[in-house]
Amino acid sequence: MTLVRKEFLQIFRNRIMLPLLFVVPTVMLLILVNAATMEMRDRKVLICDNDLSPTSRRICGAISASTFFDAGRVAFSAHEAIASIEKGESDVALIIHKGLENDLMSQQPAAVQLIVNAVNSQQAQLSYAYMTQLINRAVGDILLENAAPAPQESIRTSVSFWYNPTLNYRFFMLPGILTILITVIGTVLSAMNVVREKETGTIEQINVTPVGKFAFIASKLLPFWLIGLVELALGLALGRLFYNVPMEGSITLIFGMSATYLTGLLGLGLFVSTFAQTMQQATFINFFFLLICILMSGIFTSTDNMPAWGKALNTINPVYYFIDIMRCIMLKGATFVDLTPQFRAICIFAAASVSLSVLNYRKRN
Amino acid sequence: MEIIIVKDLVMRFGSFTANDRLTFSVAKGEIFGFLGANGAGKTTTMKVLCGLLKPTSGSVVVAGYDVALHPEKVKRNIGYMSQKFSLNDDLTVTENILVYGTIYGLGRAEIGKRTDAMLERLELTQVRKRLVKTLSLGWKQKLAFSVATLHRPSIVFLDEPTSGVDPVTRRRFWELIYEAAENDITVFVTTHYMDEAEYCDRVSIMNRGQIIALDTPQRLKQAHGVESINELFVRMVR
Repeated sequence: MTLVRKEFLQIFRNRIMLPLLFVVPTVMLLILVNAATMEMRDRKVLICDNDLSPTSRRICGAISASTFFDAGRVAFSAHEAIASIEKGESDVALIIHKGLENDLMSQQPAAVQLIVNAVNSQQAQLSYAYMTQLINRAVGDILLENAAPAPQESIRTSVSFWYNPTLNYRFFMLPGILTILITVIGTVLSAMNVVREKETGTIEQINVTPVGKFAFIASKLLPFWLIGLVELALGLALGRLFYNVPMEGSITLIFGMSATYLTGLLGLGLFVSTFAQTMQQATFINFFFLLICILMSGIFTSTDNMPAWGKALNTINPVYYFIDIMRCIMLKGATFVDLTPQFRAICIFAAASVSLSVLNYRKRN
Repeated sequence: MEIIIVKDLVMRFGSFTANDRLTFSVAKGEIFGFLGANGAGKTTTMKVLCGLLKPTSGSVVVAGYDVALHPEKVKRNIGYMSQKFSLNDDLTVTENILVYGTIYGLGRAEIGKRTDAMLERLELTQVRKRLVKTLSLGWKQKLAFSVATLHRPSIVFLDEPTSGVDPVTRRRFWELIYEAAENDITVFVTTHYMDEAEYCDRVSIMNRGQIIALDTPQRLKQAHGVESINELFVRMVR
């Protein structure tokens, strides 16, 4: 207990550590959740309407009514439209050829041209999909009003978005950012703490004492374990306060899962510290592993789109499981039974990393 | 009574032999000076004796326990002060004492009693609440020594305990060493100050992993016909 108290004293006396522990998470949550967005809004649309018919006007009206598109730009030739995309003034150009209405009304195949800036392929695809949907709807409505059969769209799909009905990107990001937070704190700080003792030489002093290996390791892990859970509470509270992120599942379950996950992370950090000699080494090793684990985890990109080897790699990525757990509990209200496979995975992770680090930690040097 | 018995100790790191068949023993209550040039293998030997390194071969018995077999039992009976000052810089004087006292299984009341007595003796009472990093090197060394002997071990290992401080501070430090020896604590000390070697009951001189001289300072000087240990050291190690 005295050893744990010692760790806490040292953490709270450290002028860099304390702000790092509480200010950084707050800033991270406030900035990243908003900034790391893939929400599509106000895509700049240029319309080149060569038909100038009621039908084409209808289409244009539908587009400007959408919040996804900002349809302020107009061009008078395809040439002008392309130039505008090249200059970056617009993201999407819709070119309506002369004779669209005629073709439609005479039941000929009708076509419009869509040019999308695909530097960001995800946004390009979304723009394309929304745009197509909008146009088809507008055309369908026109045909219906004119008592003509709607040719292409025979089945209407009605979409409802479950678990995140308003498609609020922040609801998706917050659990992810929280996961990163806990992951980084768990691994980096616990590794740094032990390596720092190596650097100052105090670890040697500890090693010549009869202190038990487990007591020593526990005294190193317990403080960060508690701090990790406090950070989680802080993060959840901020999410509630600023973003109104839902909490469908049980708080107890979240904390239970996090406690297990944190144990694994701390074990990992300790494991790194058993072979790193300096804080610099520890930082690099952690940086390397965390970067891969986090980017693979599906925080920004869906893991379903990964190649098979990527998915296979992810089966040993603890961050992947935990992000899933967080999102499922917070957004879907998943219960323990739903998350048994993920829980089993993080249990294995925790058991493995802790035993690895205990085995690798030697009181002899 | 012999409290440290070393027989044919060999310590190898890869192809480098740091300790080559060392054989010596230290009697209880003795102040044993362990001299040698830089890189002669002193620190290695000391780490073996403290149970920090497992010897490649040979037998080492410290405080009645074989170091290779029962390092943790050895650790219970020794104190250690490394050349790298190693109390926690960001804890206060009393907090450091509390941490180490607890590790050695002393009760809180007992630690409090010993802390008061120790700080009184060291004249450190007025800085008890100060962070250790704000103390001068001389004070830190005295404090480190006292913490190393707080649990009243039967042996205390001191690895260059007085490096980097002035002669007066060193003299004061040696007074602490004598005090400990009077309380039946065996002192095993390495140093590069040859005047300190003269204060020891017996000294050994190590060179290239081997002990090349071992006796009382008086007899060593007589046997080699020199005025001081300093002269002897320079002559032998060169």
